[in-house]
Amino acid sequence: MLVAPAMLVLLLIAVFPLIYLILVSFQGITMMDNSSDFVGFINYQAILEDTRLWQALWHTAVFLVIALPLELVLGLLMAQLFLEKLPGRQIMIGLLVLPVVISPIVAGAIWSLMFDNRYGPINQVLGWIVGHEMPLLWTIKPELVYPAILVAEVWQWTPFMFLLLLAALANVDKSQLEAASIDGAGYWRIFFRIVLPSIWPVMAIALLIRMLDLFRLFDVVWTLTQGGPGTMTETISIFTYSQGFKQFETSYTAAVALMIVVFLSAVLMWALKRVGLSR
Amino acid sequence: MGLKTCGVVSVNQSPWSYRLRQHLRLVVAIGITLVFLFPVYWLAMNSFKTADEIYASPPVWWPASLQFNNYWVLFKDGDVVSVWNSLVVATVSTVLAMSLGTLCAYSLARFKTGGDHLSNWIISQRMVPPIAVVFPIFLLYVFLGWVDTYVGMILLYTAFNLPYVIWMMRGYIQDIPRSLEEAALVDGCTHWEVFWKVVIPMCKGGLFATAIFTFIFAWNEFLFALVLTRTEVTTYTVQVTHYFGGQSNFWTKIAAMSVLGTLPVFIAVVFMQRYLVRGISLGAVKG
Repeated sequence: MLVAPAMLVLLLIAVFPLIYLILVSFQGITMMDNSSDFVGFINYQAILEDTRLWQALWHTAVFLVIALPLELVLGLLMAQLFLEKLPGRQIMIGLLVLPVVISPIVAGAIWSLMFDNRYGPINQVLGWIVGHEMPLLWTIKPELVYPAILVAEVWQWTPFMFLLLLAALANVDKSQLEAASIDGAGYWRIFFRIVLPSIWPVMAIALLIRMLDLFRLFDVVWTLTQGGPGTMTETISIFTYSQGFKQFETSYTAAVALMIVVFLSAVLMWALKRVGLSR
Repeated sequence: MGLKTCGVVSVNQSPWSYRLRQHLRLVVAIGITLVFLFPVYWLAMNSFKTADEIYASPPVWWPASLQFNNYWVLFKDGDVVSVWNSLVVATVSTVLAMSLGTLCAYSLARFKTGGDHLSNWIISQRMVPPIAVVFPIFLLYVFLGWVDTYVGMILLYTAFNLPYVIWMMRGYIQDIPRSLEEAALVDGCTHWEVFWKVVIPMCKGGLFATAIFTFIFAWNEFLFALVLTRTEVTTYTVQVTHYFGGQSNFWTKIAAMSVLGTLPVFIAVVFMQRYLVRGISLGAVKG
């Protein structure tokens, strides 16, 4: 009985959209055609042939495959650095948290400012290093947009990895480390045999959360490039948005959205079984 | 002989090189902190610049004086309404999600309603990408006339944050020793009284932290707000993106509005350092 009100609200975002997506994805509704006739699998066939969709998936995968390991390694190194006593340690950790809680939209705004070709500090610093002006168009030039977005992404979420891994490292059994050290085990051996297995549960959850977040990457890209130039940085979320709310391909968007839900649910079910999120 | 065994300094490190390493660590740590903070500094500093200083190339790293004009303009032009909208939507939806969610969490934690399957299903709802659900919800809202209304946004954020609240509060309630509640029951309390007089006071901290996180999620949200608002309940995140133009960007407004939107979040974080790790790791790390 206590569960009822919450469940009722959950139905709004969980069950209703799912049923609706299934229904509409088999119809042929577009901006021009409002008929609700069922057209079978035409929309799903279109998914297979839509190169722009597959490119968007590829872009998403690129962001994921580069950003995730970077965040993990940087976060782990920082966690090692901050693990032991350090003057002002708590204050520094407190400050490092800030990017995590900033809205991704604001993060995007911050990095648009930073990367601005004329008014931003990054080009200026680069200019100092190379000795002449560097008016790089970070959010427009095809070869520069990926680094720009990745920098913003890694800046915002490395502290997330750092915080979680710091907590995990602090819980590693000290006596085990000492025993291994006395027995003559080297640094890497200790890391791979004792530290890594001990922090793995936390690391796996951190990776899972970040992976799902990266899969739906939208806000930062939206502020920095809007998916451009052209569709070069279009992620799967931006693609779906533009199909649904710019082209008004209602039924096709429903099919795409449904595929995303099905795919992610499969990943989640697999992951939740392996990663013990519920203690 | 006695000297060598009493210290914790390991054998191959002289105290001197140990101290050098500690100093080096400190320098690197400060350097990293500064690198991560610099973009935030740049944003805040730009919000206090004059337009001439913002549109200066090469950029000005330190404004000649702190100007509040950019903020004043936001008030004068009425843009600040979007911050108010964010505040209303985030606050009301947080209160709703916390009340519904905590009740549900209590039931899941103590009466094992639905078992682990229900709990897992609930948390997996949290992980479904917004883009997949926003589309049908948009069409539903058009049908109901809820697009660009407080009701629509509040209800959506309530639903969107419920899984998080249920999941986190379930964890905090499970941390309370059961014997306390049983003792209260034996003393003649009803379940309802136990909930109010034992459970809620015992998980005050967790309740507070979860509420803050719920607020932050709603406060920072963009995609739902982009799709479901037009002019009436535009939130501050959507407002920020309005300042980006095809030809040029209104940096003065972008900077000032971003700072307004970030300030409450920073203040909130200061008050919940203890619960931060648990909150962002979906309860997996108890910190």
